[in-house]
Amino acid sequence: MPGKLKAKIVAGRHLPVMDRASDLTDAFVEVKFGNTTFKTDVCPKSLNPQWNSEWFKFEVDDEDLQDEPLQITVLDHDTYSANDAIGKVYIDIDPLLCNEAASVISGWFPIYDTIHGIRGEINVLVKVELFNDLNRFRQSSCGVKFFCTTAIPRCYRVAMVHGFVEELVVNEDPEYQWIDRIRTPRASNEARQRLISLMSGELQRKIGLKVLEMGGNAVVGYLQCFDLEGESGLVVRAIGTGCTLDKVSFGSAPNTNTHVHPSTAPASNACNSPSKDGKEPVFAEDLPSFSGPPTPFRVLPTSSSSPPPFSPSKPCSRQSSSSDTDLSLTPKTGMGSAGKEAGPLKTLLRQQTQTALEQREFPFFTLTSFPPGFLVHVGGVVSARSVKLLDRIHNPDEPETRDAWWEEIRQEIKSHAKALGCHAVVGYSERTSICEEVCILSASGTAAILNPRYMREGCLDTGNTEPRFDEPSPPSCGFCHIPYDELNMPFPAQLTYCYGCRRQKVPDVLFTTIDMPSEAAVTGKGCLIQARLCRLKKKAQGEVNATAISNLLPFMEYELHTQLMNKLKLRSMNALFGLHIQISVGENMLLGLASATGVYLTALPAPGGVQIAGKTPGDMSNEHHILTIQKRINDTIAKNKELYQINPPELTEEVVGSPIPEPRQRSRLFRSHSESSDELSELDLSHGKKDAFVLEIDDTDAVEDIHSLLTDASPPSGFYSCNTEIMPGIFNWTSGVQMFTSVRVFRLSNANLTNQGLNKIFTDLCENLLKSFYFKLRSMIPCCLCHLNFTVAVPEEELIQVAVTAVAMTFDKEQILEKPGDKIITKGCIEGEEQLQFSMELCADSSGISTQQLSKISGVPESTNVSPRAASVDYGSFADRCSTWLELIRLKAHTIRRGSIKTSRRTQSLAHSVSSLERSSPLPEGRSRSLRSNRSFGGSSVTVVKMTPLSFLPGTRIIKYLGIINMFFIRETTSLREEGGVSGFLHTFIAEVFAMVRAHVAALGGNAVVSYSMKECMLMENPNKNQAQCLINVSGDAVICVIETDQEPIHTAVGPRQTCSSGADGTT
Amino acid sequence: MQGVNRARGEPGLESGCHYDALDKMAVELDVFVGNTTIMDEEVYQLWLDGHTVNDAVKVRMEGGVLEECEASADVLMSDTMDQYRTFQMCERLLHSPTKLANQLLFQIPPHRQAILIERYYAFDDVFVREVLGKKLSKGTKKDLDDVSAKTGVTLKSCRRQFDNFKRVFKVVEELKGRLVENIRQHFLLSDKLSRDYAAIVFFANNRFETGKRKLMFLTFQDFAFCGGQLINNWTVGAVDNMVEDMDVDLDKEFLQELKELKILIADKDLLDQHKSLVCTALRGKTKAFNEMEANFKNLSRGLVNIAAKLTNTKDVRDFFIDLVEKFIEPCRSDRWTAADMRLYLTHYTNSAHILDTFKHQLVWDRYMGVIKSCIFKMYHD
Repeated sequence: MPGKLKAKIVAGRHLPVMDRASDLTDAFVEVKFGNTTFKTDVCPKSLNPQWNSEWFKFEVDDEDLQDEPLQITVLDHDTYSANDAIGKVYIDIDPLLCNEAASVISGWFPIYDTIHGIRGEINVLVKVELFNDLNRFRQSSCGVKFFCTTAIPRCYRVAMVHGFVEELVVNEDPEYQWIDRIRTPRASNEARQRLISLMSGELQRKIGLKVLEMGGNAVVGYLQCFDLEGESGLVVRAIGTGCTLDKVSFGSAPNTNTHVHPSTAPASNACNSPSKDGKEPVFAEDLPSFSGPPTPFRVLPTSSSSPPPFSPSKPCSRQSSSSDTDLSLTPKTGMGSAGKEAGPLKTLLRQQTQTALEQREFPFFTLTSFPPGFLVHVGGVVSARSVKLLDRIHNPDEPETRDAWWEEIRQEIKSHAKALGCHAVVGYSERTSICEEVCILSASGTAAILNPRYMREGCLDTGNTEPRFDEPSPPSCGFCHIPYDELNMPFPAQLTYCYGCRRQKVPDVLFTTIDMPSEAAVTGKGCLIQARLCRLKKKAQGEVNATAISNLLPFMEYELHTQLMNKLKLRSMNALFGLHIQISVGENMLLGLASATGVYLTALPAPGGVQIAGKTPGDMSNEHHILTIQKRINDTIAKNKELYQINPPELTEEVVGSPIPEPRQRSRLFRSHSESSDELSELDLSHGKKDAFVLEIDDTDAVEDIHSLLTDASPPSGFYSCNTEIMPGIFNWTSGVQMFTSVRVFRLSNANLTNQGLNKIFTDLCENLLKSFYFKLRSMIPCCLCHLNFTVAVPEEELIQVAVTAVAMTFDKEQILEKPGDKIITKGCIEGEEQLQFSMELCADSSGISTQQLSKISGVPESTNVSPRAASVDYGSFADRCSTWLELIRLKAHTIRRGSIKTSRRTQSLAHSVSSLERSSPLPEGRSRSLRSNRSFGGSSVTVVKMTPLSFLPGTRIIKYLGIINMFFIRETTSLREEGGVSGFLHTFIAEVFAMVRAHVAALGGNAVVSYSMKECMLMENPNKNQAQCLINVSGDAVICVIETDQEPIHTAVGPRQTCSSGADGTT
Repeated sequence: MQGVNRARGEPGLESGCHYDALDKMAVELDVFVGNTTIMDEEVYQLWLDGHTVNDAVKVRMEGGVLEECEASADVLMSDTMDQYRTFQMCERLLHSPTKLANQLLFQIPPHRQAILIERYYAFDDVFVREVLGKKLSKGTKKDLDDVSAKTGVTLKSCRRQFDNFKRVFKVVEELKGRLVENIRQHFLLSDKLSRDYAAIVFFANNRFETGKRKLMFLTFQDFAFCGGQLINNWTVGAVDNMVEDMDVDLDKEFLQELKELKILIADKDLLDQHKSLVCTALRGKTKAFNEMEANFKNLSRGLVNIAAKLTNTKDVRDFFIDLVEKFIEPCRSDRWTAADMRLYLTHYTNSAHILDTFKHQLVWDRYMGVIKSCIFKMYHD
């Protein structure tokens, strides 16, 4: 009997009127876990019942604790007829199973009903007592921590990265018919909600077991998805990165890297790498040649699969190629192996990494940002897609088919990475798109070479003291250096010497799926770049349909890629981060949307302009037309350069001096320069085929394409946008944060649309959405839309649905110029022996307030560094302030309970404030109560919970992760018109989902959700019947965060951290 | 699309399809939900004022918001629709403002909640003038379209304001304690607005006639002030503050006692004595002295008769019209200035204390205190 779950029902409020006669409700509550059910007494005639029940105790296996949710049903007692259900609350008790997360769940939960939405709230207390289980063969994995965050969580230190974990669970979807029969009884949707909750519990437990087997204790970058395969069943699958994490006492939590930015001055980067590059031994293996026609796909009896010929590796602009579509499990010998490497140190590095990685079946990492030094080189994007025909899952206990499908895709990814000379794939993600019985499976990631020290046991502690040769490249450019070998390039690319260190080769453009490494040097600002594409296809069934889709895929990928490339050039940038390519399938069309954040990496060469070439020279009017377009393009580029502040230092060989030894290299370098200076003939020579940035106008379509390139509006002044965590080039975030979700559905009016027409509509749809965001958020200027995550779908034949979740964050414009000074210091620290706590940006006002409040509470005299800056006090800071008090108190309660407070050498002021608070206030309970009442200032008694898709909240520090939030809701209506149409229906539903997420986080004791994402938003409507139904799946990490005081960055920047801790000591 | 967007019969959302460009017709669904609910105060006001989405978009365009933000008309349309929807969803909560602070659906910062509530309960003076003192019944509500036509306030806005009056009335009707305080606590309104509502409730409860032509020159604020005076001095609550309805109903005992004041006009000696005292005090101090002297008896009779009749509900209703007819109009036709009025009423009140046979000093003060301040407030053009 390894666990006891205890629940107590305290009270309800705002209940709906269930008895029309009395205008009141006789409510009682059923509490169910597994097969055990308890009931409270009926609280007669009240809309605000007080049950104050006994503790209901469930004695259960910890396996069940992981799988099952606690199910609370509120009912209206009816003497004569059946009791009416008011609504339900599902509580995932997983956060209670890990002793580092939450210890109690307590708070007001919205009572949710699939038809009526939120109907009042219920106050519940839940606790778990776990008994130690030493059974070696146990099925549970209690204690394994899960994080949605795709970076090392803020208050942990990674001791070891074990690698890829994956699992999938399938089940018959008992109610799959709900898609066809929109009128379903509420019971059927509740059954689905329950089932999916159960399946995700089971999935999480199984993944946890795998991590335990690996010797890890956490899953980072946990990504769980549902495939609603309709008739053939329901698949819940998840991937993540197994890690061993060490808790860092929160005072010295490594604030990882997002704020940190090194100096952009390339000259300051001392380069320690051996300069023996370019002397690779010649060897004879063939370059993978470009396979002209698409690889013929194989038709399998039940499924068809076609690896798209262009997809495999697209690190650079060229249509990469690869004959390497065979799925052989044996890795190609030679490619990327140590023997072909340049310097001996590099070789050593390779070998270490290889040994560390080769035991793993899939050296994949779902992380998108990494501790400094983790990422050595980045090769480029690798992706694979496959089209499958769904069939009924016969035996849910052995989901072999689905496993095999993914296995196949992953092998393909792995071999693509190898082709790029890389051992690992980072920023890895998987997704599906399903339409009827056809399913597109996609996976993508970034091929990379990693620092082996994170793969070895116990390496990290010593890792920093290892000799410098372990890091052969300067951090600001090292990751750009090509991992593959120059003479044996997997695709035609144009290499130059790195503009950062001048010693190693870099490609002319770099595409990745990860966040920009914090140490990378950029010039100017970045921006969101999207490629959008619609392709019509004939309606078809079964294999014919699958075949048609497989045939279209490569062309779509190619076109998306070309668009991205052209748009990148138009913005005068040379790298893409956070690249996500989504291809969605509908009955009569395919939608492709690629989003990424473009930047100008200082280490990479300046992009050349975009040239227009006419097919028919001599035609005067045409010539003129081309000239006009060319002029427009040049103007756009010039404008963008100014807009994004891209003014790369004019570097010429003479000035820099030449570390390049061989004349051959030199001439090559010159040539690449001349390319950027618009010499077309040279260009053609060097490539031998049409380059992506020469646009040929041969027909009207091409003209259209060019026009569409130019129609992308840049954000209005004061706005920036990106789809990565933060905007490269902005450092001083303030505390204003507004997370939002927006959904638009567009109905294509006439059936005879062309591809061009569709593209236009789709592009406008996306552009208009962005414009709407800018308009709505105009009060936040200057502000940046971060982590813009677009999801497209074709829910019905003539509908296009675009859903966006993003966060708008304010920043301080004034400080932009001051920052570089700080940055240099920053960098010094980073290179020091420790990852330092760092934050460049602080909300002066809120932190000032918090300092004051802190000192008031604790009796500490006003601390010194209260910022004099008086920015407008926004709500955010108010909320921060409130919740900070609360969290400090909670935190204190925790530390008291645990009996110790870790004050390491580096514990900083905040920790000290807390501990001093502890000492000075002997009555913590009374205090906390008084704080609670303070918090209700303005009449509000609801905890403010911030939400963000990012892994952090600016101006705050995460001091505790409380567990993963993974929620699934269905909402239905039979009175669509009365609820304001589909818009009104969905608006309410999304607001309700937010409310339920916030309530759960608050009940766990948290005040924020980080890494929030909306995985699924499936809307079905039938206006004729006045009905609609929607399904939403969201996830994120519940956290406690506190406002950072102003002192830290100053002290950190100065260097010795003792200063600040002693400073804080002095105040106690 | 039209049908779909017709939310709860509200006129606001009918126009879901009025995107400018033809192809915009096809936007089937368009929502934007922020974790912190985004509300534009300008749009909120337009919504409160009962404008349709289209009108609101027009007003906003004319306001130049587009130029500021490089946006297009359909962006504005989409934003306005979103906001209207949000307001409609919030409206239910605004009906019981204390819920707004406790609800979980919308995360709204406290200061914004305060603005939302305050604005929702704000009303147009022209509108309230029309319904002030009327029974807050279905019948009155039915006539709101006439009120709307007359005042230029949209019907939707009229209904909201009327419903607010009614809601506040119903809630505070049966509560103990001070009226203003109850309103402030239950509806989280500002002091000023709470007092205005107290007056509205008071007028509705006592059904004061305010709509006669002769009273048209008075503004709502005049009435609200007078109402406040009556609540503070003439109700049960003025003497005992723990009774139900204490601030809503006039103090019956006091009204009964007012009958005693009749002696001031019934007793000829007393009347003459009072007149001579007042005239002595006024002589030489005002240009209107002659008129004052000539009219003294009439005016005094007017005021005392009003007092004496207040036991009749009908006469309570006519309180303001009586004040105007019996006192304000005669003075105005004699061209008294406001200063004259003050002078006269001060001496008129004070002189009564010197009358040795007049024994009802307390009642007199309680009566005249209110009458004085009401007339001061009401004596304007």
